[in-house]
Amino acid sequence: MKITLRIWRQAGKDAPGRLVSYQRDDVSPDMSFLEMLDVLNEDLIAKGEEPVEFDSDCREGICGMCGLVINGEPHGPQVTTTCQLHMRSFEGCDSITIEPLRADAFPVLRDLVVDRSPLDRIIQAGGYVSVNTGSAPEAHSQLVPKVHADRAFDAAVCIGCGACAAACPNASAMLFLGAKVTHLGELPQGQPERDARVVNMLNQHDEEGFGGCTNVGACATACPKEIPLDVISQLNKDLRHSLVRGL
Amino acid sequence: MTDRTAGLFVEGEPIHDTKAPSGPIETRWSRRKFEAKLVNPANRRKLSVIVVGTGLAGASASATLGEAGYVVKSFCYQDSPRRAHSIAAQGGINAAKNYKEDGDSVFRLFYDTVKGGDYRARESNVFRLAEVSTNIIDQCVAQGVPFAREYGGLLDNRSFGGVQVSRTFYARGQTGQQLLIGAYQALQRQVAAGSVEVFTRHEMLELVVVEGRARGIIVRDMVSGEIETHLADAVVLATGGYGNVFFLSTNAMGCNVTATWRAHRKGALFANPCFTQIHPTCIPVSGDHQSKLTLMSESLRNDGRIWVPKDPADREKDPRQIPEEARDYYLERIYPAFGNLVPRDIASRAAKYQCDQGKGVGPGGLGVYLDFADVISRLGVETVKARYGNLFDMYARITGENPYETPMRIYPAVHYTMGGLWVDYDLESTIPGLFVAGEANFSDHGANRLGASALMQGLADGYFVLPNTIRDYLAAGPFPAVAQDAPEVVEARTAVQTRIERFLSSNGSRTVDSFHRELGHIMWEYCGMERTEEGLLEAISRIRALRKEFQDDVRVLGANEQVNASLEKAGRVADLIDLGELMCIDALHRRESCGGHFRAESQTEDGEALRHDDEYAYVAAWQYGGEDGPPVLRKEPLVYEFVEMKQRSYK
Repeated sequence: MKITLRIWRQAGKDAPGRLVSYQRDDVSPDMSFLEMLDVLNEDLIAKGEEPVEFDSDCREGICGMCGLVINGEPHGPQVTTTCQLHMRSFEGCDSITIEPLRADAFPVLRDLVVDRSPLDRIIQAGGYVSVNTGSAPEAHSQLVPKVHADRAFDAAVCIGCGACAAACPNASAMLFLGAKVTHLGELPQGQPERDARVVNMLNQHDEEGFGGCTNVGACATACPKEIPLDVISQLNKDLRHSLVRGL
Repeated sequence: MTDRTAGLFVEGEPIHDTKAPSGPIETRWSRRKFEAKLVNPANRRKLSVIVVGTGLAGASASATLGEAGYVVKSFCYQDSPRRAHSIAAQGGINAAKNYKEDGDSVFRLFYDTVKGGDYRARESNVFRLAEVSTNIIDQCVAQGVPFAREYGGLLDNRSFGGVQVSRTFYARGQTGQQLLIGAYQALQRQVAAGSVEVFTRHEMLELVVVEGRARGIIVRDMVSGEIETHLADAVVLATGGYGNVFFLSTNAMGCNVTATWRAHRKGALFANPCFTQIHPTCIPVSGDHQSKLTLMSESLRNDGRIWVPKDPADREKDPRQIPEEARDYYLERIYPAFGNLVPRDIASRAAKYQCDQGKGVGPGGLGVYLDFADVISRLGVETVKARYGNLFDMYARITGENPYETPMRIYPAVHYTMGGLWVDYDLESTIPGLFVAGEANFSDHGANRLGASALMQGLADGYFVLPNTIRDYLAAGPFPAVAQDAPEVVEARTAVQTRIERFLSSNGSRTVDSFHRELGHIMWEYCGMERTEEGLLEAISRIRALRKEFQDDVRVLGANEQVNASLEKAGRVADLIDLGELMCIDALHRRESCGGHFRAESQTEDGEALRHDDEYAYVAAWQYGGEDGPPVLRKEPLVYEFVEMKQRSYK
């Protein structure tokens, strides 16, 4: 395959960035997207040019470290992570534009690498169950109906990649937030802190510079783990309950 | 020692685990916990611990030590602690809950693990692991880990390789992810509480040892390039395994040996480095551009049937057109008692054997079929989708084939390393104050790890073992403050800076990745599924030549003061090259086959691994011999009081 890549290059956080074109003539359709970039980097180094920096770790679609905006879509044209995308998805495509995840809360560190630490701080604000090691009751002491366990799981698959915020016209991370609120809110273990959790996490979300939900659902479309949009409805419902109860 | 290995290593004094308890095995852990000194809550605030790594072992240890009141600093190279590679574990976590009432018990889990490890693990450690396994499930459920449940609301279990009971708890095919998120959330709770400080995008590049004790680490801020010194009363390494020495493995791109290797160079013994696990069910390699291999969970062997065509002439045929009688379900045939669920080392070698016979399928003949047609016709597509949906989707994405319709093709790949830094019963290395947890240590899996036991060990170490043993060490602290300009600190920092400058100024012609790939080829060819004396000697000489070439000809562009992945990789690959040589020396000296270590010279008539317990029932703990000296072999004898050593049989 022959493809022209247009890649965002930016030397550092405060440096200006621009799109740079690279012509590729030897792309195999069986390569993963990131392997295509690996090969580009090998060639750049051979020519004495600095390679394109991008994040990736597990390359199995589960760690959430990778995340590129490909032709305007976070993680590209398929419902999966960037690392699980293969070049066969681009057959018939002459040019590919590759940018970092864009959101005010995610500053670019270099090239395609961004800072997503705001997502960690949102979890710190309440995305957990307060249980110290060793103080847990026997696992079977509480039954969890399968429907609740399954819905909790559907929300818990969030990999924290930030694609939802990058896809949102208002750079909102409500899908990320809603996923955690729903995961813990569906389980009996999450009930004692349920009211405080939603309020505290939402406050942190806003403080980090993420915008409010625009209701267009771009987040759920971009989500590589197909987290359903209704986790945001759940978030709003939990928030209303919490406010009614005076938290 | 014959002439051919002369000079490659020397033998030193034997080593003993001085904290290993004696007496009835079921009382040992309780006794150790009782005898280990306590630190009163007010004093814990004066004691600091550095934990490197935020996988299951590191995150759970940091969270638990933070809850206890110690001052904890946690480090990871990723941009968030949630990304550590424990997250990729698919199948499940073992625990001796016996919820299925199928004859399981702590003793059986202990027995299965010792046997599965081919009698090269310590009994006391393994028993403790089995004992705390049940607490792990309680802890994780309380954190909100969404384990699979039955309609009645109880937890579901499935079975895994090497055992005949169902003791594996799971969360679809994403158990590692859910357990890690549980530990990550517990960690973030402590960050919010102010007891743990997390340093992301920080890589440990050196250990600081002062007056014989581990007192800190030198790290590089991977964004600014700043070289920082962090000091504490104790250091915990939970930095995972070294499977990436093979370049292609199921490890994450960033997994590396640097933290443990740097500690090894500072005096920590490295135990059983040649014990690596080749996982039987991975997606085969598709081309030279390949950067990593993807595992298909062992849980698939519960329902999938492994076969190859009986006639090599059929290997190009559409598998669906090959009739039943023309297929060889070789695992079911050779191992009727365990069938497709034999342990990993056996399943991997069997696949290699079939491919060596010319019966392998797919590109290059390096693959066997894993077929779900039977279970789909028995239980329906929906049930199979519920059990393994995400794995089937992943397979389809990577290969472009639909596994609901045609059998998967699988081939073994490097997955886990049983070897690691030597630790005593307290998980303390030979450097006082340096503790090692999870895959980074060597202690629990012997020569082969059973499926669903890595998650168990990581969390056992981090939640329940280390926090109870490290207090015995910390009770003597706080230790005298170390100055930032103490000679040992300056020396460590200077070593790190010099190394970085050398990489950046070497101005060679080859990329770091090209060296890594070549190292991987050597290791896979000669120190992979089958090892011979001839091959290992060849590997050692090639690795030495590669090291020389790396020093002279590596090209790393850019500067230190920026995000620079090539620079990060250069340090990792340099250490992997050194480790690779030690692995080959270890494999060479162990003239027996056991678990994942198969020496072609030592096999039974029907091709099974043949141990030599009279000569090799010991842990090979290697001491660093200096830049030019050979490594020193220190043997820790293994004694079996509760399990009889037998040749493993899964027939």
